[in-house]
Amino acid sequence: MDQFTLNLLFVGASFALYIGIAIWARAGSTSEFYAAGRGVHPVTNGMATAADWMSAASFISMAGLIAFTGYDNSTFLMGWTGGYVLLALLLAPYLRKFGKFTVSEFIGDRFYSSAARMVAVICLLVASITYVIGQMQGVGIAFGRFLEIDAFWGLLIGACVVFAYAVFGGMKGVTYTQVAQYCVLITAYTIPAIFISLQLTGNPIPGLGLFSETVNSDGTASGVYLLTKLDEIVTDLGFAEYTAHHANTLNMMLFTLSLMIGTAGLPHVIMRFFTVPKVSDARWSAGWTLVFIALLYLTAPAVGAMARLNISEMMWPNGTDGAAVSVETIETDPEYDWMLTWQKTGLLDWEDKNGDGLIQYYNDGSEAMAATAAANGWEGNELTNFNRDILVLANPEIANLPGWVIGLVAAGGLAAALSTAAGLLLAISSAVSHDLLKGQLTPNMSERSELLAARLSMAAAIVVAVLLGLNPPGFAAQTVALAFGLAAASIFPALMMGIFSKRVNNIGAVAGMLIGLIATLLYIFLHKGWFFIPDTNMFTDADPLLGPIKSTSFGAIGALLNFTTAILVSRATQEPPQEIQDLVESVRVPRGAGAAAADH
Amino acid sequence: MSDESANREAVSEERDAAYWSANVRIITISLIIWAIVSFGFGILLRPMLSGISVGGTDLGFWFAQQGSILVFLALIFFYAWRMNGIDRDHGVEE
Repeated sequence: MDQFTLNLLFVGASFALYIGIAIWARAGSTSEFYAAGRGVHPVTNGMATAADWMSAASFISMAGLIAFTGYDNSTFLMGWTGGYVLLALLLAPYLRKFGKFTVSEFIGDRFYSSAARMVAVICLLVASITYVIGQMQGVGIAFGRFLEIDAFWGLLIGACVVFAYAVFGGMKGVTYTQVAQYCVLITAYTIPAIFISLQLTGNPIPGLGLFSETVNSDGTASGVYLLTKLDEIVTDLGFAEYTAHHANTLNMMLFTLSLMIGTAGLPHVIMRFFTVPKVSDARWSAGWTLVFIALLYLTAPAVGAMARLNISEMMWPNGTDGAAVSVETIETDPEYDWMLTWQKTGLLDWEDKNGDGLIQYYNDGSEAMAATAAANGWEGNELTNFNRDILVLANPEIANLPGWVIGLVAAGGLAAALSTAAGLLLAISSAVSHDLLKGQLTPNMSERSELLAARLSMAAAIVVAVLLGLNPPGFAAQTVALAFGLAAASIFPALMMGIFSKRVNNIGAVAGMLIGLIATLLYIFLHKGWFFIPDTNMFTDADPLLGPIKSTSFGAIGALLNFTTAILVSRATQEPPQEIQDLVESVRVPRGAGAAAADH
Repeated sequence: MSDESANREAVSEERDAAYWSANVRIITISLIIWAIVSFGFGILLRPMLSGISVGGTDLGFWFAQQGSILVFLALIFFYAWRMNGIDRDHGVEE
């Protein structure tokens, strides 16, 4: 059976599984559509939340960004896990106690103002749609690869699949489907990593293999640590040392903080904690979620480092002192087939610039390499395009693993992107139909038209995400990082102040959210172009407006502006009424938490 | 409102305030640890840990790529476990 058929088989089988579950657990009422009843166990909920959370960014994109940058991109690892500490300690138990369905309902009630609720809805839509763009990029790449077509067509096909999938069921269908998706994605991520770790280090646990000695082809220990070997190879090729710290420290810290705060401010993740039976379950649930996320996150740095080593060795099969791989080898040797198939997606390319029949892969931007290159007659790096986002999907092919592993990874990547896209679309549709229409504009709407509005808003969100996704502002994980910055700057501060301060009032909260959102959005557009349209940006992240602060890191500054504005404005204006202060008192203690209820 | 129920109310308010400050104390301690392992050991203080080597690199690299995640996990479970005890001690459990 050829690889194409095998991929189709794996992807098809996993889809049949999800659709089967979605039909079996179809949402009947609006309350099921949004929150899956109350009967979700913390471990189940944790697994579903982990699938919901780990998206194309974590699965497809993150290890590639770590692979090509090394230590400096550890920020993704710390940022996307550290946020769960904030979520578990600062938000989840209290929002569960509050007992409504959506984030904006809490903000509307706590800040006793429909304006606050509307602003929260807007913040949520902006952050979620940016997030969906990143997912669409991932879906596009995954479909592009396994159907062996251009990533653009992959994106369009992916959009149709995501839509069909998301409208099928609401949260209830999604919860159980996501448990299945978690199992698919974690298996797909781990199995190739185990194979590769065994090949390179003899250690079956990739997370430990990363810090182990490499083994020779006969299985004996080489006495050289994997990371030492990797550092040597990449520096030989003129790239920055893998394990060393090169990036600006302030920007690294702000970026990590943005991702952390953003994690705790993303509506589709927070919504999950409304669905556990008790306040104490909300605390445990956050822990279980992180357990399931950590399984992937402890493996990801190993995947990145090992892939970088494998690729470097493939391009330099005779060592960095020997000759580079020849064009003929790439075109004829089955070990290099992955390069030919990925070339079809337009995400990988090479060019024999100096016409010597060899493909020299090195850092042509490095001054130290200029002399070596001149001496050898190299005319620039000949591996002209290597999209970071293809690394995880291509990884099993690069390591020459069996065909079924490759099919499994394709299914896993799609599971990651689809589960998150579905969760986000659900958050978007509940914001539009439940908070905006039913809550504000047409309160007398029937359940039937509310469901219809929910589905229509999903369709609209996908169209917007595809249009904006045609010019993505970065690799999938970087696009997603922007969404986190937006959530960090707008939603998280409002939620946290709503619980931890009795003094912050309606005007303060609205002013804070608006300042945080607008400042961050402006900063992003100034650096990434208006609505991500190319060449409309005034600055670049290589030379940002404010010192070393890149647009992906601005969320932390936006959050700070939000907190400061809200506190100062609240001090200058009236204290919240007594019943609101009582509400704050009541969300702080678990006693008396009933089931969550929609305000019909 | 009778004297007795007003009294009970005052006791319950006091109890809730004590519960909340116990909670805030645990949150503060946990977040200090959270910041030390990630922003501290993983980024800012990495040069200080560079003498301690771990599998071909140093302890700071390990904290940045794996160690901080393990500490985050421990923190969340510690908090959930500790708060369940505190809920009971203050009589505010569900």
